[in-house]
Amino acid sequence: MAAEDVDAIRGRESAAWDAHRGRIAVCTAAGCLSSGAAAVKEALVDAARTASTNGSVRVVGTGCLGLCHAGPLVRVDTATEHALYERATPGVAPALVCAAVAGALPREGRNDDEAAFFAPQQRIVLANAGRIDSERVEDYIAAGGYRALQQAVGEMTPPDVVQQIVASGLRGRGGGGYPTGLKWSTVAKADGPAKYVICNADEGDPGAFMDRSVLEGDPHRVLEGMTIAGYAVGAEQGFIYVRGEYPLAISRLKTAIKQAERLQLLGHRILDSAFNFRIDLRIGAGAFVCGEETALIASIEGRRGTPRPRPPFPAERGLWDRPTLINNVETFANVPPIVTRGGDWYASIGTARSKGTKVFALAGAIARTGLIEVPMGLTLRQIIFDVGGGIPGGRAFKAAQTGGPSGGCIPADHLDLPVDYESLAGIGSIMGSGGLIVMDDTSCMVDVARFFMEFCREESCGKCIPCRAGTVQMHGLLTKITDGRADERDLLLLEQLGELLTRTSLCGLGQTAANPVKSTLRHFRGEYLAHIVDRRCPAGVCRMKGAP
Amino acid sequence: MAVTTLTIDGTPVSARDDQTILDVAREHGIHIPTLCHVPGLSEVGACRLCLVEIAGSPKLQPACLTPATEGLDVTTRSERLDGYRRQIVELLLAERNHVCSVCVANTRCDLQDLAVAMELHHVRYEHQAPAFALDASHDRFVLDHNRCILCTRCVRVCDEIEGAHTWDVMARGGESRIVADMNQPWGASASCTSCGKCVRVCPTGALFEKGTTAGSPRKDRSFLTYLKTARERKLWIR
Amino acid sequence: MPTAILAPAPPHPSGDKRFRILDATMKRHRHEPDSLLEVLHAAQELFGFLDLDCLIYVARSLKVPPSRVYGVATFYNFFSLKPKGDHTCVVCMGTACYVKGTASILAAIEQQYRIKAGDTTADGTMSLVTARCLGACGLAPAVVFDEEVAGGLSVGLTLERIARWTSDGR
Repeated sequence: MAAEDVDAIRGRESAAWDAHRGRIAVCTAAGCLSSGAAAVKEALVDAARTASTNGSVRVVGTGCLGLCHAGPLVRVDTATEHALYERATPGVAPALVCAAVAGALPREGRNDDEAAFFAPQQRIVLANAGRIDSERVEDYIAAGGYRALQQAVGEMTPPDVVQQIVASGLRGRGGGGYPTGLKWSTVAKADGPAKYVICNADEGDPGAFMDRSVLEGDPHRVLEGMTIAGYAVGAEQGFIYVRGEYPLAISRLKTAIKQAERLQLLGHRILDSAFNFRIDLRIGAGAFVCGEETALIASIEGRRGTPRPRPPFPAERGLWDRPTLINNVETFANVPPIVTRGGDWYASIGTARSKGTKVFALAGAIARTGLIEVPMGLTLRQIIFDVGGGIPGGRAFKAAQTGGPSGGCIPADHLDLPVDYESLAGIGSIMGSGGLIVMDDTSCMVDVARFFMEFCREESCGKCIPCRAGTVQMHGLLTKITDGRADERDLLLLEQLGELLTRTSLCGLGQTAANPVKSTLRHFRGEYLAHIVDRRCPAGVCRMKGAP
Repeated sequence: MAVTTLTIDGTPVSARDDQTILDVAREHGIHIPTLCHVPGLSEVGACRLCLVEIAGSPKLQPACLTPATEGLDVTTRSERLDGYRRQIVELLLAERNHVCSVCVANTRCDLQDLAVAMELHHVRYEHQAPAFALDASHDRFVLDHNRCILCTRCVRVCDEIEGAHTWDVMARGGESRIVADMNQPWGASASCTSCGKCVRVCPTGALFEKGTTAGSPRKDRSFLTYLKTARERKLWIR
Repeated sequence: MPTAILAPAPPHPSGDKRFRILDATMKRHRHEPDSLLEVLHAAQELFGFLDLDCLIYVARSLKVPPSRVYGVATFYNFFSLKPKGDHTCVVCMGTACYVKGTASILAAIEQQYRIKAGDTTADGTMSLVTARCLGACGLAPAVVFDEEVAGGLSVGLTLERIARWTSDGR
């Protein structure tokens, strides 16, 4: 299959799309599926058939539309307008199909938040959600997919491709924020008989489901990004290490890989060129630490997921001691648009040092829990109150937690903080992978810190002493505090242990395990003191067991 | 292989670039504490005791794994580093049941040596006091999990030198434990050759020979480098 | 003490067809020691859990030291060395679900059925497990009943769902 053949598919599909009177896309990501989206889709498919619409209405299952709390979501597009329907049931199918044919979309069942929710967003990674059938490669191609790969392999040299990534200013979206272009050029320059490309799809942060949505909704985007990376750095083998807890993502990826191989967009002699690139899946087995790149590598090598000291970095000596490029799902998903529209275009979005957009998973005490994608630099206030719809139940905003167990909490006085790598680090948090948990005044910040430390304690691999023994002790101290049995000396021990873990742990898990504690101590010290001195939990969450 | 000069604690020293900072420091009598390091075995950088400060870098580096490259300015002792090392030893002492007075390794234990050198009088962390039984099923040796610090020297020596790979680590985090074969009693292990190398490299009283009493002689671990070099350099007589 | 450690090489003497499927998986991975996790995944799926005999068989077939196989099998949450119950209830303890109250749902189940997370009820009907985030945060609080992810649950609704397993019979 040469480039012209792919263009032909693109042309045919696009023409077919244009011929439709209407298109109905049902969100079939895991969240909506759990609320019954499969039945809704089936009903729509039946209705479209029986209404004798002569195929003029197309029903597809698509990726996460973002307004997860209002699922199952259905998006209807006609030639002139579109509308988003919420909490859909199979019963609405006939009406929606008729409306799509007639070109008059009903008011009933529409989601009212659509405009407010989507206006501040800029959907680059999530561009195809709502447009394409997640299980059809032809849809992806019609939406412009694989054009980047055609361009890269057909018209650009590997250094050209690396140059575009460098120019884009893209930084690792897994949380580290390392300049992607720099990583790619390091691996490209490395010597060796073989190199590898690994996609880190071990999205382990509790509260994060960005990568999951991309893998389920637009798997080809990730495959394309990885293949372009392979071309750029000189690798012929790629692995996607995906969490075992994501069975739908795994099956969609398997389907996508087979489809791409069939069209020669993956595998041997891609697009009739001399470039070969294989992608294989590796399934995680329930260990958060395997999101750390060297632990992930150990896992692929069939070992316990314990990290290795760095240097040497994987770019130099990684999988099977060979130069390895590891990037996060979202990072790879940004690659195709950067190639087709140019690195400079990408760099025009965002802030001076944080380019592009970021996908966030909004959860917790927020009206519109779901998936969003906004340009870097938007403020926390805009994200939470404009896009997120604010705090439900008339409650007050207390804190926003970013970066999961490696991150920190941001209090109300910093709501106007621009969300970018540097600003978040400056306030004692991190960007992280994109999980953004909003907390209202019913959350106790000490309890939150304890919750994250418990997580780190259970997920610690056990190799290095500070993390293995330190997380146990820190969790013990935090439990003492939330039980109302602690004194001020315990607070000092907690802070000192936090320093030890941060400065001496072998890997990122231990090095960041103390962040939630440090950040809550920084912004909510009064709450800690209330637990310790007054033996009282201001939020009313902790059951104080100690005697007053 | 090039010759380099670097500075350790203000003293200029010469090194080969295939040496680590730890090697060079030891050659020059500069003491850096270690627990998981044994000459002759692979380095894991797990105990974090040998972390040193390197001028120009905000991150601490493990001396056992960092090459002695040209121009490095290394600091091995500081209030901060000493403080971290103290915390690490206290964490170990609180993690399991290290009661020196009834231990076969009393006065010949690497962990005890460290605590003594730091003048450690008490442990400020809560003792976890896990309930571990001893494994005395082997006809010659005993494994006492209460004294184990998970340094993995036993795992490495059995894998790298003896080649039997009897030992490995099970579970993770604070639940980690050393196991033989399929978590079997040591005496039932089909892979163990009873060579005793693991006992010889163990830094504490976790692995010992039956019949050992408290106050037994210090262990000699130079046999490892001997094993490694004998073939290469034909140095058969120690 | 298990004498199976000296078991003959494949095929497995029991004649159990599932071992033949496992053999096929190992063959697909060219019996490479590095494929240990993939093989354990397959074994877990085929047998529901990894018993000693199975682990020894894998060690033998892939030519990996038994202690290494054991170390890997016990490192990862997914692999269970004990049989699971007829039904599995997974309570999500991710941040979003925690903030919405799954801790009290978990406590209620533990109290009612007298087991702790990670255990199976005495009659073997249900295994209770916690997950560190299912990625269904829009549905918080979320619990998985066998393969089905359910959202927006309360203590009452959850206990009701579980009770259906026992009242429906096997």
